[in-house]
Amino acid sequence: MHPFLDITKLSIAFPKSPLPVLRDVDLKIERGEYVAVIGHSGCGKSTLLNVVAGLLPATAGGVLLEGREISGPGPDRAVVFQNHSLLPWLTCYENVALAVDQTLSREMNRKQRHDWVLENLALVHMTAAKDKRPNEISGGMKQRIGIARALAMRPKVLLLDEPFGALDALTRAHLQDQVMEIHARLKTTVIMITHDVDEAVLLSDRIVMLTNGPNATVGEILTVDLERPRDRLKLAADPRFVAARTAVLEFLHSRHANPALQAA
Amino acid sequence: MNAVSTKPAAEPAVVSRPALAALPKPSRIVPVIAQVVPPLIVLALLGLGWEYLASGPNATLPPPSKVWVDARDLIVDPFFDRGGLDKGLFWHLLASLQRVALGFALSAVVGVALGMLIGSSPFFMRGLDPIFQVLRTVPPLAWLPLSLAAFREAQPSAIFVIFITAIWPIIINTAVGVLNVPQDYRNVAAVIRLRGLAFFWKIVLPAAAPYIFTGLKIGIGLSWLAIIAAEMLIGGVGIGFFIWDAWNSSNLSDIIVALIYVGLVGFMLDKVVALAGRIATRGTQAS
Repeated sequence: MHPFLDITKLSIAFPKSPLPVLRDVDLKIERGEYVAVIGHSGCGKSTLLNVVAGLLPATAGGVLLEGREISGPGPDRAVVFQNHSLLPWLTCYENVALAVDQTLSREMNRKQRHDWVLENLALVHMTAAKDKRPNEISGGMKQRIGIARALAMRPKVLLLDEPFGALDALTRAHLQDQVMEIHARLKTTVIMITHDVDEAVLLSDRIVMLTNGPNATVGEILTVDLERPRDRLKLAADPRFVAARTAVLEFLHSRHANPALQAA
Repeated sequence: MNAVSTKPAAEPAVVSRPALAALPKPSRIVPVIAQVVPPLIVLALLGLGWEYLASGPNATLPPPSKVWVDARDLIVDPFFDRGGLDKGLFWHLLASLQRVALGFALSAVVGVALGMLIGSSPFFMRGLDPIFQVLRTVPPLAWLPLSLAAFREAQPSAIFVIFITAIWPIIINTAVGVLNVPQDYRNVAAVIRLRGLAFFWKIVLPAAAPYIFTGLKIGIGLSWLAIIAAEMLIGGVGIGFFIWDAWNSSNLSDIIVALIYVGLVGFMLDKVVALAGRIATRGTQAS
């Protein structure tokens, strides 16, 4: 039996640099698991996600999804991009509908697709703004539409590329709660890139910590053994939460401190 | 504590509040006046200066008062038609605008298509861009003899001159627009597997639309510049030939009236394309 998503000996090098960004990354992810990838800026977190998404080719090694090697981008690995990447000339509804019409036209007829778009907008509580254009809504709302668009493709794996990085702290907390709720409801497999330790501990089943690049690789994997549903207020004082948080901080700031910051 | 906090709460219920003074409404007429008055004053001053300069005994050009007397029927009735070339300015302008419309429409279609091609294919970019860069510097009128030789008729030659004048900024701006389609949008398209024509239609065209309309706006301006010059040479009904004809019969006043009309129409063409661009690219430029 294969693992659901299997990253094996993955190395990624860009043509112009002598050293690979990532080297020999091994990671196995089970169905329904929520995995966070954390590391300093420039360690290749986003590169790793882009390879899983199929947007970048692997230099060596590869990624298997349900035993099949991925060779390009596709809706089974939907991405929520860091800067939302909504198409500004389409309304929120149309942004989601474009993805649905493009990826599910075989399974659903027109009416079903329409209902499915509305269902996904309702899932992220954006029904009221469905006819607005992206520049008429806030950053948090844009990101929610981005999540709705990704979920509407019925992905096997949901890839979140620092989805809340550009948001203010309150909006971020609100969206994190919504993502936890959606994950609990849909049991989607999630890989989330983040540089926020609290976010990683709160949301994830496992936290993959990358060493510094170039030649970055998996330094440590921490299993977050907290039952769900999780409540950010109660967890703040929970010793297991604090221990997990300390372990990640320890890794990032003591053993693998950011070289750029040290030099400064 | 209690007494302090309850007392003010109870009071508003008893005391009737004075009606809120209505906010002064911002005047609508004042900003309009502020916009309209300065150009009117400047225009009047320029007119007076012109009148003064052109009234001397050695003046070569007619003053505005003489223009009004000479060309009164041209100014007040642009719609008369006495057959042949003796028509009101409206008919001349209409003929010129028809040529521009046809030539410009052709160059818009071909220009956007070629721009898309060189914007999305490095091969065609490398192959065609140097040629375009040279050809676009050829002045519009330089094409006229060749096109007369090729088409052997005035009408298609004039349209071809419009076409070849307007097409370069349209091609170049479209290509730049296509090259500047953000990688984010390309990634989205890749994830949902939007390819080929659908990718062009749903992602590239709307993303490049602001650039395309910049090209179209430059193009329509150049077309209008070129048609006047081209018509002077090819003759027939048209505002360019009207000016040339007036020069040949020394009707300087008619030329001045025609120039004002040409300017106004050119201004309107620019505004019409800009408006079309604003409507078509709603929402695209922001965010």
